[in-house]
Amino acid sequence: MNTKTQKNINFVGMRKPAMIFSILMILASIGSLFVNGLNLGVDFTGGTVIEVGYPEAANVDEIRKSLTAAKYDASVQHFGTAKDVLIRIAPHEGVERSKVGDNVLSILKEANPAVEMRRVEFVGPQIGDELRDDGGTAMLLALAGILIYVTLRFEFRFSVGAIIALVHDVLITVGIFSITRMEFDLTILAAILAIIGYSLNDTIVVFDRVRENFLKLRKVNAVESINTSINQTLSRTIVTSLTTLLVLIALYYFGGKVIHGFSLAMIIGVIVGTYSSIYVASSSLIMMGITREALLPPEKDDDGREEDGSVV
Amino acid sequence: MNRYPLWKYLLIIAVTVFGLLFALPNLYPSQPAIQISSASEITPLDNTVLENIKNTLTKKGLATESIETLGPNKVLIRFDTPDNQLAAQEAINESLGKKFNTALNLAPATPKWLRSFNPMNLGLDLRGGVHFLMEVDMKSAIDKSLSRSSEEFRTLLRKNKINYLGVKRVGDHLVIQFKNEELRDKARAELKNQYRNEIDFSDEKVAKGAALKAVLTENNIKNTKRFALQQNITTLRKRVNELGVSEPVIQQQGLDRIVVELPGVQDPTLAKKILGTTATLEFRLVDEGRDAYAAQASGRIPAGDILLKERNGNPVLLKRRVMLTGDYITNANAGFDQNQQPSVNITLDGKGSKLFARATGANVQKLMGVVFIEHKTDITKQEDGTIKKVTKVNKEVINIARIQDQLSKRFQITGLDSPQESHNLALLLRAGALAAPVYIVEERTVGPSLGADNIAAGFKSVIIGFVLVLIFMAIYYRVFGLVANLALTLNLVLIIAILSMLQATLTLPGIAGIVLTVGMAVDANVLIYERIKEELRNGLTPKAAIQSGYEKAFSTIADANITTLIAAIVLYGMGTGPIKGFAITLAIGIVSSMFTAIMGTRAIINLIYGGKKDIKKLSI
Repeated sequence: MNTKTQKNINFVGMRKPAMIFSILMILASIGSLFVNGLNLGVDFTGGTVIEVGYPEAANVDEIRKSLTAAKYDASVQHFGTAKDVLIRIAPHEGVERSKVGDNVLSILKEANPAVEMRRVEFVGPQIGDELRDDGGTAMLLALAGILIYVTLRFEFRFSVGAIIALVHDVLITVGIFSITRMEFDLTILAAILAIIGYSLNDTIVVFDRVRENFLKLRKVNAVESINTSINQTLSRTIVTSLTTLLVLIALYYFGGKVIHGFSLAMIIGVIVGTYSSIYVASSSLIMMGITREALLPPEKDDDGREEDGSVV
Repeated sequence: MNRYPLWKYLLIIAVTVFGLLFALPNLYPSQPAIQISSASEITPLDNTVLENIKNTLTKKGLATESIETLGPNKVLIRFDTPDNQLAAQEAINESLGKKFNTALNLAPATPKWLRSFNPMNLGLDLRGGVHFLMEVDMKSAIDKSLSRSSEEFRTLLRKNKINYLGVKRVGDHLVIQFKNEELRDKARAELKNQYRNEIDFSDEKVAKGAALKAVLTENNIKNTKRFALQQNITTLRKRVNELGVSEPVIQQQGLDRIVVELPGVQDPTLAKKILGTTATLEFRLVDEGRDAYAAQASGRIPAGDILLKERNGNPVLLKRRVMLTGDYITNANAGFDQNQQPSVNITLDGKGSKLFARATGANVQKLMGVVFIEHKTDITKQEDGTIKKVTKVNKEVINIARIQDQLSKRFQITGLDSPQESHNLALLLRAGALAAPVYIVEERTVGPSLGADNIAAGFKSVIIGFVLVLIFMAIYYRVFGLVANLALTLNLVLIIAILSMLQATLTLPGIAGIVLTVGMAVDANVLIYERIKEELRNGLTPKAAIQSGYEKAFSTIADANITTLIAAIVLYGMGTGPIKGFAITLAIGIVSSMFTAIMGTRAIINLIYGGKKDIKKLSI
């Protein structure tokens, strides 16, 4: 626990293997997105989801049979416990869609009167499309807002570095959802947007120190200066990630089934985000050839000359 | 240098008191209650009514916790158990009748002195209830407007003695046909004068004679749509009131959608049926001179007639001209006729009674049919991704009776299948018709048991996550960690206080936002403390290290938090319910953490270390 001595790990020196690792992860994510796509939830595809509870363990096969008999194309599975059952019904032609939930419930009630409705979600097809489009727009807007803020506060190359780290984190998190076929619903989208905020937070802290060191450590080259910055902020990066992970794990284990996906997405995102703020964001600064001069604000010209004068 | 001016301490104390006061009501559980309000101003909820309620409850042996007057014509009665609450509603409804509305409610059990502060509202996912997103079928609203215009054209041209051949609907406009151009020009002048800004008239080329094309102006279409939306919101509100739901939300969303949220409603089927139906009635004469079966068999319907079916499937020919529509109905009550068959007693307004008296008076001894009209819309997505809407209009003749005498203000209709149906029809007629059909495009129903589970799980995860962070910080940063923990606690109190003050609705994603903020709020303290450690390593004195640590970490904290705030604002702007709740708590958490983590911790650190002359070591 005692951090009396400054760590000095050569993070920047490890940037090649880190880059290869990141590129492999991103390629795998993109590949899976193309091949598997995402297992989109009812929020985006439209359709009906019904969660029911039974007083004792439910017979999933029987439920499936009775729904198939009623000509419903339903996926039936246990949800959390053996007593809870989740039924998904894909949107289909003909029937009045908003009544599907009621009809299914009455079929289940006929088979077993003890069944209890816990949740019904129906999303019409046009809403699904809109939510998907809005989600994409929100992501782009968030990125644009951040790009502008970081450019104003730092420099354009820093904002590109921050965006590269963000895209990296989002792609890999979404990729993991694609590879594992976990359901991607509206709460996951919220998690992704929160990850954007979190990962950026992490990256900005490192960048802030890079800027400070660029201006302070004048004799040192960019690579060394960036490495020092990462080391100086390392314990903060790890401590904050740890506290965030602690609450996310609490949320995952105790927060209930409905936010399971959300907390899992956040856990993945925080881990990837921590990694990227150490390895990806700064490496991209070096690749773009960031220099000390780029950070000197033009209006400080006067101060600079005075300083030069006093040195000479 | 590590001293704070007095006003900063006072500010922190003031904020803490404010936070505690606003957050406190959330600690008290909700109580089952009934809210009673008078249905109209004619029947005020005065002391006699109140006495009546009290007597009813005492007679049934239902103990009340308290009876409060919430305002003119509004009373809240609290009960100790939900069973008593339900029994009491039934008893009160029985004794007061239709003049008063009763609604089941969950009232916070805060002590009297705290009542002016309200706890957070719980979202539907935490207390159970139904959320509907309804879309108004604007095409039908425009259709209705066109057919009304076409009716008006005929009347106007007839009144001005301008002969026309016909008015017909072509696509999204009307075409009026004339024998020659002279008549057309005369009609155009007259019509243009009448519909200056509402309808554009232009000449239409036709093979024979002359014709006018009538197109609704952009402005007119916009107004029609806006009116349809407003009218539907009003009608839906009335219907929800009839259902007896407390604290319903009925709001416009976008240009053609309405959000309806009904907390505590456990049966979405009935709610959906009542809200979504565009049921109305029409009264038409039966064409007794012609054979309906023959018309059905040949498919040739006599001019001036329409062919409908009775409930038993028999065809009926009715006159095209409507005697009366449901628009004139002011009141409707379900009941039973002399044969104990379900019926609906209808009361008409002044204009309606006059119209109906004239129409029935002229047709005594003839048969009249009551037509029940219902719209159903089905939306399907085509293969190519486009959305197809099909609105089916279902018209049924529910009753045919001989007009015995002139009818006017009050009369009774029968022919309904069950008391439930007569009850629903009466409710729909009372609440008024929808200006255009609505259909549900999104539904989210949460059962009460899941709501209770969600809130329990949410609280548990907040507490556990919070305690884990407290332990970690205390071990890692020792005294400074304890100070950060105080700030974190205050932060949690402030988030809850601000949410209560804004009367925001707490949802499960909102709880997730709070949990996440707890994790991220310590970040500011971590940044400051790590900086202080660094400055100590660089050889600064403890006092200087504190000063410099706080100063240097500030811009980093500001940059990091503003970027997160940007993400939260974008999330909020996206506008969907659950995500909005998450974004609000995240944004509030970020802002309040800036205050507690920087100013709050500094104040305590200053208290601990600021007074001492010589500090050798910091417990960090």
